[in-house]
Amino acid sequence: MCLAIPAKVVELFPEEQNKALVEVVGVRRHIDTGLLADDPPKAGDWVLIHVGFAMSKISEEQALDQIQTLTMLGEHDAAKQEVEGYGLGET
Amino acid sequence: MKFVDEFREPGVIGKAAEEIRRLADPAKHYRFMEVCGGHTHAIYRFGLKDLLPSNIELVHGPGCPVCVLPMGRIDDGLSMAQDPNVIFTAFGDMMRVPGTHGSPLEHKARGMDIRIVYSPTDALKLAQKNPDRHVMFFAIGFETTAPSTALILMRAKELGLSNFSVFCNHVTIIPAIRAILDSPDMRIHAFVGPGHVSTVIGCRPYEWIAKNEGKPIVISGFEPVDVLQSIVMILRQLKAGEAKVENQYTRVVPWEGSKAALRAMAEVFELRPYFEWRGMGFISQSALKIRDGYAQWDSEQRFQIPGVRVTDPKAAQCGEVLKGVLKPAQCKLFGKECTPEKPVGALMVSSEGSCAAYYSYEHRKASALTSIGAPV
Repeated sequence: MCLAIPAKVVELFPEEQNKALVEVVGVRRHIDTGLLADDPPKAGDWVLIHVGFAMSKISEEQALDQIQTLTMLGEHDAAKQEVEGYGLGET
Repeated sequence: MKFVDEFREPGVIGKAAEEIRRLADPAKHYRFMEVCGGHTHAIYRFGLKDLLPSNIELVHGPGCPVCVLPMGRIDDGLSMAQDPNVIFTAFGDMMRVPGTHGSPLEHKARGMDIRIVYSPTDALKLAQKNPDRHVMFFAIGFETTAPSTALILMRAKELGLSNFSVFCNHVTIIPAIRAILDSPDMRIHAFVGPGHVSTVIGCRPYEWIAKNEGKPIVISGFEPVDVLQSIVMILRQLKAGEAKVENQYTRVVPWEGSKAALRAMAEVFELRPYFEWRGMGFISQSALKIRDGYAQWDSEQRFQIPGVRVTDPKAAQCGEVLKGVLKPAQCKLFGKECTPEKPVGALMVSSEGSCAAYYSYEHRKASALTSIGAPV
């Protein structure tokens, strides 16, 4: 439930505050960055996401560690499924 | 010990395990509670228990939002879905949780419009796409998830979206820890604190545990080495006769938490006077309610909700397991009437619940060994 998924910010949208396109294990989806309003991420930054919202910024090294943790936990597929599900499964 | 090979840094793991053995006083029996269901899952998944000396016992805490939700709330949520105009949305975790007359998934099979969403944003989107229907989002989760629900409610208000509401079941972790500490049969010496909840609330809210209760608490990450290091930090405190809040998960958890997330929660939510937890009963100020300023988007104010109360089954000893008085397998129903396929008690419901985690990894392992005649 408290799964946090590392994602790389690919694109930001100047006309739409709090929206970012991120990539997670090859899947690209839009997420909400409203919870990082005090220190918004830039393209290329890594963030931890939970239920479609960026929770915190992390370093690339930490992100890769976290991906490994999810794989070890057997949660890798669940994470992928969650991210694929964002946007009601639209591609 | 078979899981050790899977660890990324077996050397570091071995060192941490060695340090734990060095620090643990063989004359003492230690009981540490890992509060978060994510930790429970990790502990079983990696077989961390096998790396600890036998006098360190890990007790699995209440940090599994699906597990602690009383059945009556599921019934209440499903009662709204009986209206054919309503689209019931919830996270996938909720779909198999049994209500009195079946799970959301079973209700869906009977024709109710029940849909999985992976983000509350999508529930809002669904409302925008279906202006002639009402979309209800069944919100659950601790402080990790509550800020997202808060932002969605703020957005619904901005948009003036009239066909969307949230059935709020968000709970807060601190009062649950307090309830465990206040319990007369409490037997916990220290806590492994929740990682991602603390990203939001920070480390300060735990200070009373150390100061007033004299128990160490170490906020921990989710890798095997994180959990073991947290146990090392706890043992060092106990050895020095100290009780402090420490943050092992500094790479993700800031001491002050997330101000933006706390602001969003304060804008939208207030504390309920009390809330019922499965297996633990009513706990004061332990859950969030939507503020009057957002009443229009509060399912509890929009719909007539029956307010169902379903007593926890008497034979299930979830409360005792939660407090560390009993191990999962010591409950009379464990593995017999109560299994992950057909859960009776709260802790068997989700893979993060201690009974379900224990069943999946330990019980199956033991059964497999017994069946080949190996000593267990």
